[in-house]
Amino acid sequence: MLNISGIHEGIVLDHIQAGMSLQIYHDLKLDKLDCTVAIIRNARSNKMGKKDILKVECPIELINLDILGFIDHNITVNIIKDDKIVKKEELHLPKLVKNVINCKNPRCITSIEQGLDQIFVLTDEEKGTYRCKYCEERYRSPKRKSQ
Amino acid sequence: MRHLMSPLDFSVEELDQLLDLATDIEKHPQQYAHACAGKKLATCFYEPSTRTRLSFEAAMLNLGGSVLGFASADSSSAAKGESVSDTIRVISCYADICAMRHPKEGAPLVASQRSKIPVINAGDGGHQHPTQTLTDLLTIRSLSGTLGNMTIGLCGDLKFGRTVHSLIHALIRYPNIRFVLISPEELRIPSLLREDVLRANNIPFEEVERLEDAMPELDILYMTRVQRERFFNEEDYVRLKDFYILTKAKMELAKEKMLILHPLPRVNEIAVEVDDDPRAAYFRQAQYGVYVRMALILTLLEITV
Repeated sequence: MLNISGIHEGIVLDHIQAGMSLQIYHDLKLDKLDCTVAIIRNARSNKMGKKDILKVECPIELINLDILGFIDHNITVNIIKDDKIVKKEELHLPKLVKNVINCKNPRCITSIEQGLDQIFVLTDEEKGTYRCKYCEERYRSPKRKSQ
Repeated sequence: MRHLMSPLDFSVEELDQLLDLATDIEKHPQQYAHACAGKKLATCFYEPSTRTRLSFEAAMLNLGGSVLGFASADSSSAAKGESVSDTIRVISCYADICAMRHPKEGAPLVASQRSKIPVINAGDGGHQHPTQTLTDLLTIRSLSGTLGNMTIGLCGDLKFGRTVHSLIHALIRYPNIRFVLISPEELRIPSLLREDVLRANNIPFEEVERLEDAMPELDILYMTRVQRERFFNEEDYVRLKDFYILTKAKMELAKEKMLILHPLPRVNEIAVEVDDDPRAAYFRQAQYGVYVRMALILTLLEITV
């Protein structure tokens, strides 16, 4: 059993679908932060069989949880302060996702306009449907699509 | 300041007011002849469209205003690589209102985010073409007296035909509307419209391939052209371009009062022999297009006469 010490302040992302932690590491832009990050892959899980876990030691306001809700709203987010779990954050699908995914429609203005943010808007909460703000092309997160 | 990106930008009440204004312009054109004196319309057309551009220009000239602009991306700064955002910021310094056509979907929306003047979407790729929709609504209302209680046949390229998409969005807000969607398998309406618009709003519709089967029940037949510029593959275009041809013989199956609409230009999809049929409304539709664009310019510039 691999042991990784606890963190003083930050977040622990538990119940990440096995194999998704590196993508989430990049989507949360953790590579841009000067902080300690532990990526645990294929940990044993009673609930999931295998799971990934991310431990990030940093002020919690630096992490955009909205994006996390878009990536996988089933992830458990534990907020750590003074070495203790002070809160379990519930994730929701964000109303709007900015610069996380790109529009695949070759006819969309985002394919050529310089400096234009890639913005997707939640148009159907039940189905988890996001559409490009500009051309209305549909995007569904791969996680939700497989459910 | 308001822009027009989609026909849904106006509520049904606002749309009624706009169409009422267009009808008044039709009846009393001289009263509006100087309404836009001193105002300038910029027509920024990044892809060729003689018809829509001239309709906008005629509308502004009829209102006593003036026009400036470009008719293709080659003759604009886009050829030098300028972004839409930069172009509109510059145009905002030259004109009072802008009509923009662009092959990329969402380009006019990008422009509206940076513009200091009202922007009208004059067609963005296969996405929206709201002023054509306003034209269609004015034509239907003027010639049949109502915008509800009818069966509308949409025929041809329902996949890339933006006029069709915009028209569906606009018409579902009126009571007792039913659609018959007539197209080959490859050119059926996108799922966005079928699921999120028609099914989600419980609008009755059926999808058929043969025009003849649908003809007897239609109050409006909206024909569209299969557009070469929307295809990546020339072979597909050639195979589908003459899928539907409306002839005098097929018109015998139609109701006596059915109206034929077409956003124009027409290629082969309506035989010339149909033009003399009193039910052919497509050239009158072009005239209504000028009236409704006049009403739109006045509304967005907040000019009252």
